[in-house]
Amino acid sequence: MTAMFGEPIARLEDDRLLRGNGAYLDDLGHDALAAAFVRSPHAHARVLDIDVSGALDVAGLAAIYTYEDLPGRLAEPLPLLIPHPALTHGRTGYPLAADEVNYVGEPVVMVVAADRYLAEDAAERIVVTYQPLPPVVGLDAARSAEHLVHPDVPGNVAGHLVQSNGDAAAAIAAAPHSLELDLFIERSASTPLEGRGVLARWDTEARRLRIWTSTQTSTGVRAAVAAKLDLALADVDVITPDVGGGFGVKIVHPWPEEVLVPWAARLLGQPVKFTEDRREHFISSAHERGQQHQVRVGFADDGRILGLDVRFWHDNGAYIPYGLIVPIVTSTQLLGPYKPGAYRVEFSSLYTNTVIVTPYRGAGRPQGAFVMERTMDAIAAALRLDRATVRERNFIAPEEMPYDHGLIFQDGRPLIYDSGDYPAVLAKLKKLIGWDSFGAVQAAARSQGRRLGIGLACYVEGTGVGPYEGAHVVVETSGKVKVATGLTSQGQGHQTVFAQIAADELGVPIADVEVVTGDTRRFGYAVGTFASRAAVMSGSAVALAARAAKAKAIRVAAAALEASADDLEIVDGVVRVKGDPGSGIALGTVAVLSNPLRYAFDEAAMAATQFAGGDIAKPPVAEGDEPGIEGREFFSPLRSTFASGMHAAIVETDPETAEVKILRYCVVHDCGTLINPRIVEGQIQGGVAQGVAGALYERMAYDEAGQLQNASFMDFLMPYVSEVPENIEIDHLQTPSPLNPLGIKGAGEAGVIPGAALFASAISDAEGFPITAMPISPSDLFELRRQLNTGAEQGTV
Amino acid sequence: MASGEPAAAAAAQDFGITQPAEELHDVRLIVNGAARNVRVPARRLLSDCIRHDLALTGTHVGCEHGVCGACTVLIDGVAARSCLMLAVTADGARITTVEGLAEPDGTLSPVQQAFADCHGLQCGFCTPGFLTTITAALADNPEPSQDEAREIIGGNLCRCTGYQNIVRAVLRAAQLQRDRAASDRPAAREPQAGQA
Repeated sequence: MTAMFGEPIARLEDDRLLRGNGAYLDDLGHDALAAAFVRSPHAHARVLDIDVSGALDVAGLAAIYTYEDLPGRLAEPLPLLIPHPALTHGRTGYPLAADEVNYVGEPVVMVVAADRYLAEDAAERIVVTYQPLPPVVGLDAARSAEHLVHPDVPGNVAGHLVQSNGDAAAAIAAAPHSLELDLFIERSASTPLEGRGVLARWDTEARRLRIWTSTQTSTGVRAAVAAKLDLALADVDVITPDVGGGFGVKIVHPWPEEVLVPWAARLLGQPVKFTEDRREHFISSAHERGQQHQVRVGFADDGRILGLDVRFWHDNGAYIPYGLIVPIVTSTQLLGPYKPGAYRVEFSSLYTNTVIVTPYRGAGRPQGAFVMERTMDAIAAALRLDRATVRERNFIAPEEMPYDHGLIFQDGRPLIYDSGDYPAVLAKLKKLIGWDSFGAVQAAARSQGRRLGIGLACYVEGTGVGPYEGAHVVVETSGKVKVATGLTSQGQGHQTVFAQIAADELGVPIADVEVVTGDTRRFGYAVGTFASRAAVMSGSAVALAARAAKAKAIRVAAAALEASADDLEIVDGVVRVKGDPGSGIALGTVAVLSNPLRYAFDEAAMAATQFAGGDIAKPPVAEGDEPGIEGREFFSPLRSTFASGMHAAIVETDPETAEVKILRYCVVHDCGTLINPRIVEGQIQGGVAQGVAGALYERMAYDEAGQLQNASFMDFLMPYVSEVPENIEIDHLQTPSPLNPLGIKGAGEAGVIPGAALFASAISDAEGFPITAMPISPSDLFELRRQLNTGAEQGTV
Repeated sequence: MASGEPAAAAAAQDFGITQPAEELHDVRLIVNGAARNVRVPARRLLSDCIRHDLALTGTHVGCEHGVCGACTVLIDGVAARSCLMLAVTADGARITTVEGLAEPDGTLSPVQQAFADCHGLQCGFCTPGFLTTITAALADNPEPSQDEAREIIGGNLCRCTGYQNIVRAVLRAAQLQRDRAASDRPAAREPQAGQA
């Protein structure tokens, strides 16, 4: 039997998805009533009146709900999911606006009708009277605090945090060189192809609630809905169906719709479903990325950073349900593979009258990498040193691992890198892209009037954050193995990689393994899928649970075979004496034997019934033992494990149109031991496309009134194939993590992290002036050329 | 609420769940080879008709404004965005959805097989639109170049894959299609040209 772990096998989930047999949220509940929402058209306003009378005679109408209808805890603000001592002014919205709206898209009225068309008919007949208030849009307005988003939040500051390691100010003052940089990144968003959605059924006979939701955390939704609706956890099931992408936005919970739809389903005694449409996704889910940074850096003649002081402002939107996670990640992961002599970081998280900001793939790291890598390039330029050389001189050396940064990470634990070999990654990358010979290529192109530039960006990503995940493995009497873990899947291929792990650990063919994720009926304890944690956390838990099941199977088989457990192995689903294929007993039979029976259900089961033998001096189930071949284990690591990588790209900028063309894109990535290289490369490729998107195309174009001007796929420039590099060249380094049993590190977010940093570096190299704000469009670059008066070459090609 | 109407907490028993008062139209479609008759309001999108009236939920809706391509189906063999059509305008049409792509014996079509072989999908939500789009394109151009493969998928959005493996899948599908055509000709049986 071939080992599965490490093999680039094809995915087990594909067959049904390719046949159109996937089951995404809106594919379910054809009998359900449909919910639609009246959403605020104002960025900031007082709600004066809601007149529903015009909607009451719409055919098929079932119900209309406003804030005043919400009972008990449903009328309280939604949970502040991640409290933090520095989050001094945490504010969250209500499921339906109480008396004020704080962003365009905030839900005000819920309509339930026979179908979505009719629900929208009714919604558009509802008249809400608003008194507009001055909106706070953008970080400049938030910082100036001329107007406040929440009247009881001075300065619009939700939270403020300082961390330091050493005396950065003194180190900068004493350094032979210093620089200051102002840097800015605009908003983008996860933008999965499937928006949010939730379906709820109240079983009027069993008095239980069943919810299907397109989420990244079914257990989180379950706990939140049970609390809001005053139900016992045992009376709420949450099932995550196939999810059409998440990228972070679906970790937020409970969304207003996730509590309102189950509530309405119970009230109406009928299933109710909400399916978000594309415009709703733009204006009422979540965005990320928007930050302004001020950097002061002091450095030595050789480019080593002696002191780094970063002050930044983070736009958290109207409310802050996900706490300070994104800016905390930025402030810590900004350090990348480097070890500045001293570091101080200070940030303020600010309210604005825009859509909430919660993690989007990378979760604050793209901003951090942008800031750190721009700083590295600035040092190289100031000292006229090679950009790669400056980076190398600041690297943490492999022999310095584990490396303690003296800061607290997003999981409340010390920022200690567990492993990694940054010089080796850089060496591979320089070779892959031809870093050292690019100067000649660039000069040759320049002589033909072509502008080529090369860029480089490094990152370190804390993955596999706690607190824990668990898994259950059971061998059925058929020999089939059922694996369940609580966290959810959004297309990462968890069914495949967890099956690879279980198959190898147990010694069964992978075809006999079935994996279920995100179903609270199958596994009730879980955290969720975010922070590149699924493979690390649930992968480890599956391995541990499979090992436990294997130990049990060998113990039961040893008794049946009258052999020593130490002499047994499991190969291809058969427990046998090591090296003796003829001695075996099928795992399914072992499962039968493990469960002493009174009633035989088939031929095989007869062997386990009470008159079939056994030692009458012992109880059928020994003390401390239990029936069945099962394993149920949890994995809870001490700290996060830190993956790393470096990307390089060669771009060409058009001298006339300022269009940016990507000529080469190279990745060297280290996520520890690879479970399935094909899936890891797929994750990297998809991440790179999102990195390109965030660097060159995507932005949230809010006008000064807080209206999102590009809330459609016509205007929000999500890349088609024509915008991504033709060939993403990928190489791996594998430094196993010592923090989990499989040596793995997360890979889900890596591809996107260096995007803005990388293209800023490459475009700067092509143009000869520093890029300090991303994303950058051809118009932006054209305008920069004009401002910097470097446009003299226009039209000279 | 500061003032105004008392809030409307309207339960089903207050209003009753009534059938839509809209005028309904009979629409006859041939979907994946089978005749289907539906009665729909004039405004029902073809995508909603396929998904909700016919319960063929393999066709997905990603944007409802014709940009993402997830809802692409074949109408009389031509790839079309079902979210940009009304069901009533498709009356009499032969429609192929993703559910109709596999061979009659259940074998995955060359395009479907190529996506599995090349890891051309992750979350799978956009995939049906790619499969139908590529199926139609390969009927017109059975031997696309790399550039043509990119062109073929140039109007469909995918957020997961970065398109790399979808381009590979187009080329692989073309190869599989040629291989199958060759092995279907009894006189000219030749070994399967395997390709990683």
